[in-house]
Amino acid sequence: MHLYILRRLLYTLPIIIGVTFVCFSFIHLAPGDPISAVLPENASAEVVAQIKAAYGFDQPLPVQYLRWLWNVANGDFGSSIMTRRPVISEVMPAVANTALLAITAIMLSFALGITLGLVSGFSDRRITDRSVTGFAVIGISVPHYWLGMVMVVIFAVLLRALPATGMGPAGTRIWMFTWEDLRHMILPAITLAMIPTGVLARSVRAMVAEVRRQEFVQTLKGKGLRRGRIFLHIIKNSAPPIMAIMGLQFAQLLGGSILVETVFAWPGTGFLLNAAIATRDLPLLQGTVIVLATFFVMTNLFVDILQTMVDPRVKRA
Amino acid sequence: MTGPLVSRRTALVGVAAAGLLPSVARAQAAGTLRVAMTLADIPLTTGQPSQGGEGQRFIGVTLYDALINWDLSRDDVSAKLQPGLALSWEVDAETKTIWTFKLRPGVTFHDGSKFTAEAVVWNFDKLLNRSSPQFDQAQATQSGPWIGTIASYRVVDEMTVQVVNKAPDAVFPYQAVNLYMSSPARWKEMGGDWNKVAMAPSGTGPWVMEKVVPRERAEMRRNAAYWDPKRVPKSDRLILRCMPDPTTRLAALLSGQVDWIEAPPPDKVPRIKSAGMQLYTNVYPHVWPYQLSFVPGSPFHDVRIRKAANLAIDRDGLVKLLGGLALPAKGMVNPTHPWFGKPTFDIRYDPDAAKALLKDAGFSTAKPVKVKFLISTSGSGQMQPLPMNEFIQENLKEVGIDVTFDTMDWEALRARRRGGVELPDNKGADGINNSWGFMDPDLGLIGTAWSQKRPPGGYNWGGFSDPIADDLAARAKVAFVPAEQDALLAQLHARIVDQAMWIWVVHDLNPRALGPKVKGYVEAQSWLQDLTPVWVS
Repeated sequence: MHLYILRRLLYTLPIIIGVTFVCFSFIHLAPGDPISAVLPENASAEVVAQIKAAYGFDQPLPVQYLRWLWNVANGDFGSSIMTRRPVISEVMPAVANTALLAITAIMLSFALGITLGLVSGFSDRRITDRSVTGFAVIGISVPHYWLGMVMVVIFAVLLRALPATGMGPAGTRIWMFTWEDLRHMILPAITLAMIPTGVLARSVRAMVAEVRRQEFVQTLKGKGLRRGRIFLHIIKNSAPPIMAIMGLQFAQLLGGSILVETVFAWPGTGFLLNAAIATRDLPLLQGTVIVLATFFVMTNLFVDILQTMVDPRVKRA
Repeated sequence: MTGPLVSRRTALVGVAAAGLLPSVARAQAAGTLRVAMTLADIPLTTGQPSQGGEGQRFIGVTLYDALINWDLSRDDVSAKLQPGLALSWEVDAETKTIWTFKLRPGVTFHDGSKFTAEAVVWNFDKLLNRSSPQFDQAQATQSGPWIGTIASYRVVDEMTVQVVNKAPDAVFPYQAVNLYMSSPARWKEMGGDWNKVAMAPSGTGPWVMEKVVPRERAEMRRNAAYWDPKRVPKSDRLILRCMPDPTTRLAALLSGQVDWIEAPPPDKVPRIKSAGMQLYTNVYPHVWPYQLSFVPGSPFHDVRIRKAANLAIDRDGLVKLLGGLALPAKGMVNPTHPWFGKPTFDIRYDPDAAKALLKDAGFSTAKPVKVKFLISTSGSGQMQPLPMNEFIQENLKEVGIDVTFDTMDWEALRARRRGGVELPDNKGADGINNSWGFMDPDLGLIGTAWSQKRPPGGYNWGGFSDPIADDLAARAKVAFVPAEQDALLAQLHARIVDQAMWIWVVHDLNPRALGPKVKGYVEAQSWLQDLTPVWVS
């Protein structure tokens, strides 16, 4: 197991470097200039050259990339072109803000999605199955930013029951949370939870239904095992692939949703990425991407390890 | 001319909600004005704000003063210059390059330190002297358009400063208005680290920064000791929120979460009115044009085609498309502006006249002129660029001008404008749809019309060259008596309209929506606004 974890950790390095390379290439392929947003309207050629040199953009692209990579390896993510703030001080609060929302949304979707999936998977009534499947399809299909806007109109504008935008006064300091902070989280968390709830409900339903059809379940029934014990066996056999899906959904939510965070003016990683792309803020974009890629890869690794521990059949060579 | 378009009648929804939902009412602490900006981040707070006009509006003139300030107290005339941290300024009669500023006594920064001539020179060093410890590349970059003419500066005595220009420049006072004075004492207190100063900035302005949460909000309190008693803020606190999405801003206003939103979506004007909100609009120095190419091979070399294009656009129809939040353009500046002058070419919707001009030039709907414009999908001052461009494309097609677009994002378009038409990337482009401001003579008229002012470094994107315009621009640049300068600028404006230098389409009306309880706002004809007389009842 230790060897497996070590090897997987080593695998993460080329993945993360590859992601940053693709990101770096794409931003330079797009029209425009990384320093465009900070140049004065009447910038002379000398001023442009001066500012490019100040940010290191006067170097050939491979040199720029390798220099950035070296700095990151030494813990220096650089500074934002737009704000001059250290990238890490921009990214980490945004990650914390997104994580707060993502964890809330994922807990909501795990609870709801698994419950609905189990109800549907164990139910022999067609109406129950169809209802849950219908709900899951809607959850996956409805654009979540649209749903967010509709909920804002209903609960914030018309009923004035919940705030339309932003985080609560305590920010991510959950030990200082009051009802006001929770109120700010309700609409974005529900919006963000819709897709994973739908995905999970469908996946759990499919896995449970499949496991129920397997021969060992019939054998257990034939041996007269109680329903509760059979239920546990089915759950245990369904768990590994569902855990993989849960891990992916969580990692995706951690990456933030540009649309949902924009609709709710939630200052998370999606909001940050959007701003970085719009202003060609290359150091900020690269820094955010590398942090998010690391989270994504690590979450997958964690889930894989968890799967191995839960299901001995999942062998890791 | 000015708002509110909807009278300040009571909003039934607002009152009902305030009664039903105590938590919402509690959030509105007495005397707190909450503003939703269109920005995704708090502009640079150290002195020279980033993010253009909006940055200056909410961080520049709130926290800081310049030697010369804009008078933003009136909504019926275009904003004028007035003494700020300088009581007076005059240019040396002989050299016309040495400006002497007499400073306002008794002014202190928010940290309690004194504002003196030393502080002014320290601030110029911050922007211009790369060897000074306080030099800040970020602020120097932001001040780029306004410091290029400064050759040197010095302390004359404790309350007098001299600034020397590289050449006679009568526009300098308009540039000095953008150079904000930050506190040397605060910079020292923060160990010379501008990033730390950004979190606790100190100026001399009517508001004092209390808290900055990057990409989220800035919280300020009133500066009760502000040097101008007429501009001590009426509100106790000011909270600025970042909300780049227009629908989000609107929802925040309608739900009572903020009191003021910038740039409400034009198609939501009826909703804003029906909810009892106040919609303010006013002219300000903005125009939405196509800047034209004059390189060899461009069809716009021919003044008949330029005039035809100006006559082919149904501006009233476009204004309707924009929910009434625009004014048809008659030139670079609006007709009530002192620089409008008396052009003989009347820019209007006259497709028959446009067809006649094109016919005279050898074109028709059967044999159209083919042009390509660079446009953006969004951007500061760009209004609703895609539907507007499509609307105009149809208008121009009807008279015999076939337009194709090269569409890009805002930063890419800015780079294409900054480089000028001769930038290799701009090959084949006959025009660029980059919104423009005319808040100062250089930016609005001299820099755009003078053939010497080609990019990079100048604003004459397409290389317009006209001897009469050149002469007027050169004379306006050294006209040190404001009335004389205004007269020359009016002649220059009339000349470029008569030459149809650009295709001018509409002026944005600077819309902002305010909650029903917001009082005291006067919408100045400016990119900047004064929040000090505003309060929430």
